[in-house]
Amino acid sequence: MLHHLIRQAARSGFALDIAAKPLPTPSRRSFLKAVGAGGGALVIGAHLPMPALAAEAAPKIIGPADPRPQLFIIIAPDNTVTVLAKHLDKGQGIVTGLATIVAEELDADWAQVRGAFAPADNKLYANHFFGVQGTGGSTAVANSWDELRMAGAAARAMLVATAAARWNVPAGEVTVAKGVVRHAASGRSFTFGDLATDAAKLPVPQQVKLKEAKDYVLIGKPDLHRLDHISKTNGTAIFAMDIRRPGQVTAVLARSPRFGGTVKSVDDAAARKVPGVIEVLTLPVGVAVIAKNTWAATQGREALKITWDDAKAETRGTDAMLADYRKLADQPGAVAANKGDADKTFTTVAANGGHVIDGEFVFPYLAHAPMEPLNAVVALNPDGGCTIWAGSQFQGVEQMVVAGVLGCKPEQVKIETQWAGGSFGRRATPNGDYIAEAAMIAKAYPKAPVHLVWTREDDIKGGRYRPLFLHRIKAAVDAKGNLVAWKQRIVGQSFMAGTPFEAVMVKNGVDETSVEGASDMAYPVPNLAVDLHSPTSPVTTLWWRSVGHTHTAYAKEVMIDRLAKAAGKDPVAFRMEMLKDHPRLAGVLKLAADKAGWGQPLAKGKGRGVAVHESFNTYVAHVADVTVDAKGQVKVDRVVVAIDCGEVVNPDIVKAQMEGGAGWGIGHALRGEITMTDGLVDQGNFDSFLPLRMSDMPAVEVHIVPSHERPTGAGEPGVPTVAPAVANAVFSVTGQPLQTLPFSRDGIV
Amino acid sequence: MISINVNGEERQVDVPGDMPLLWVLRDELNMTGTKFGCGIAQCGACTVHVDGQPIRACQTPVSMLTPESKVTTIEGVRGKAAEAVQAAWQKLDVVQCGYCQSGQIMSAIALLTDNRNPTDADIDSAMDGNVCRCATYVRIRAAIKDAAQTMRA
Repeated sequence: MLHHLIRQAARSGFALDIAAKPLPTPSRRSFLKAVGAGGGALVIGAHLPMPALAAEAAPKIIGPADPRPQLFIIIAPDNTVTVLAKHLDKGQGIVTGLATIVAEELDADWAQVRGAFAPADNKLYANHFFGVQGTGGSTAVANSWDELRMAGAAARAMLVATAAARWNVPAGEVTVAKGVVRHAASGRSFTFGDLATDAAKLPVPQQVKLKEAKDYVLIGKPDLHRLDHISKTNGTAIFAMDIRRPGQVTAVLARSPRFGGTVKSVDDAAARKVPGVIEVLTLPVGVAVIAKNTWAATQGREALKITWDDAKAETRGTDAMLADYRKLADQPGAVAANKGDADKTFTTVAANGGHVIDGEFVFPYLAHAPMEPLNAVVALNPDGGCTIWAGSQFQGVEQMVVAGVLGCKPEQVKIETQWAGGSFGRRATPNGDYIAEAAMIAKAYPKAPVHLVWTREDDIKGGRYRPLFLHRIKAAVDAKGNLVAWKQRIVGQSFMAGTPFEAVMVKNGVDETSVEGASDMAYPVPNLAVDLHSPTSPVTTLWWRSVGHTHTAYAKEVMIDRLAKAAGKDPVAFRMEMLKDHPRLAGVLKLAADKAGWGQPLAKGKGRGVAVHESFNTYVAHVADVTVDAKGQVKVDRVVVAIDCGEVVNPDIVKAQMEGGAGWGIGHALRGEITMTDGLVDQGNFDSFLPLRMSDMPAVEVHIVPSHERPTGAGEPGVPTVAPAVANAVFSVTGQPLQTLPFSRDGIV
Repeated sequence: MISINVNGEERQVDVPGDMPLLWVLRDELNMTGTKFGCGIAQCGACTVHVDGQPIRACQTPVSMLTPESKVTTIEGVRGKAAEAVQAAWQKLDVVQCGYCQSGQIMSAIALLTDNRNPTDADIDSAMDGNVCRCATYVRIRAAIKDAAQTMRA
């Protein structure tokens, strides 16, 4: 997500520069008008002015030291240090990560550090890449790095100044380590808690000195525990699903079973007789059943008799949609990349001893299915605003959307962000989605706080899928085995179209998120043509962990193995010779290959495959080992992953993200798919949308490239290369490329 | 009124007998450590113990429990296996989003109560009913082995 902005930032050499450049954006007034008219919208680029920052090469003195440390750090007299996270933690560990950055510069003791979610506030807590408060695109560490280091250093300086004044000694004689402020010469010391009240009265210093990497005591250390590791093992961590406000009622919503359908008529007589059902309301988004508890609400919903109007609904099945996509793929699309002359090269290569290879790839719709089903509690406030308890991922968007629903100001929409039970992109939507639904129900039923709960079926059948994609690729190696031409046509829905992201993300008919990883591939192909069709459908789609790279990296890396085979080259060697100008990609490829024992002989039925890719400015390579048994059934035995994401704040969390990313990628490659028959989703729960389970999970070895480059992200980049590495491992055994996902379609799992 | 024993306490709830134990715990008794994930016994997020055996609370109508049935949830689970499992989970930082982990831990405690030296196949068999979308499976397996070692020591 927003890869374009991030890459633009990276090109500028200093990631936060982007915040100082206003991007094309609707004004807040026009935004509110759009929301009032019923459209979801997002302001991009309404940025928080950032202090002027020194270039990375300059001495580690950055000033002035604003943002104010009190936005991010609360030091209490009880000696706890609470770091406020403006980002959502949905398992990726960002509360721990942000706290680590602060604690490092503050010289806090890790045992005194706590984490909490900051209140929603676009002025104070915008994501500098987005212009509004929100989490996504593996940006959280990258966009918080400077401001939190400065905040920590400023707070430390204020503690030092307070201690120096009390002791009447020069500040230069005061040291801080592990949460203790000392004056060595006199043997005196204070805790942070001793100094906090007085330190808060001091002005924020205009200049602060940041640590050199060699002096880090917390950043980069593998032995810090996550701040949520206890509360999430004893049942005390509170998710939105666990919020219980006084008088709270539970709502479930009956939505059209076909995408784009609307309510024609409702018979709610039976539903109203279900014990515990309080109210049934017909709203533009569906029919809401409000009840004393979740069981009564779902029982009431089952008793509804609704006739749906499918006049504007999607009535095709996915087979019919794919057939339409294939027809589209016969025609040229919007141009995403065009250099040299691929078509001519295919002709000349074929005539001169080279090889031309064709491949058609099919990627299904995929649900995110986070373990915590979507839900939110909304309580109306007397001022016309409301308070929302949710695993809110785009707080800034949700404030604006809900303000549109309620007719209040965005700042009257208070959000109490909660730990989120997974997201994988699902909780970040351009139109507020389930939170807007909850606000609509609360507005229609103002008597009590409303908890809107999605069931798992609502989630699996509810859309916002990774789009169905078709890729057709023709590529050629010449007689010497050099990759000389690549032509790729991509067909799939744009989830940026029709949202306010469109202005930035869709250029000349090309949604960058549909072609990222393909049109900009690192392999130096002299003749490259990539084009795109973005057919529309009422089926709703959304970014899904690693976004366009979920399909582009797969198609690219599987084709590369086929080309290497045609050229008679080793898959790692073939890639290495093409990555001479990409040292970080080459670095992770070599590291993964070396650690996996690439080139060592394998037993019969065993296969080994590789893939390498850049996404979100992070570089990842996977080597996968598989067993193909006598019946052709595949088991993934081991995955070796190498990652270069710059300076690593918490190595154990990066490791966890690589383990989880591997499972995410493998699980969906094996059996994950959403299909439709006559517009009705065939799957409904984990008995049909089949998740990765314990017995599917391979061993995962993670190797992190040591680096002091600016930190990037790790939540998404661990996904794109694992499935093609597995596919290439199977290919090495069977000689059959796996080009239709999931693999279960080929009967191999 | 239905009487049930949860974590050693007698509780009275005024609910229809077909209400699953999951919703009795979460909505009536306000014990939210046990999670709703799928509602059809396919994900294990709602795993609790009834008389020491792991069951899916979302598919257990409260009327199926007898007054003698002892329900144990993540809030009340105690004993050598519970201590070893929770300590191992914390030592290895198993959790990511954490939403499935109450159920994972309840299944792991049940496994280790019966079997202090589980093989990988035993772990697969005992834990395959517990889904983790963050795919923390590598660490869950390692934590079960770590806890088993603690219990054997």
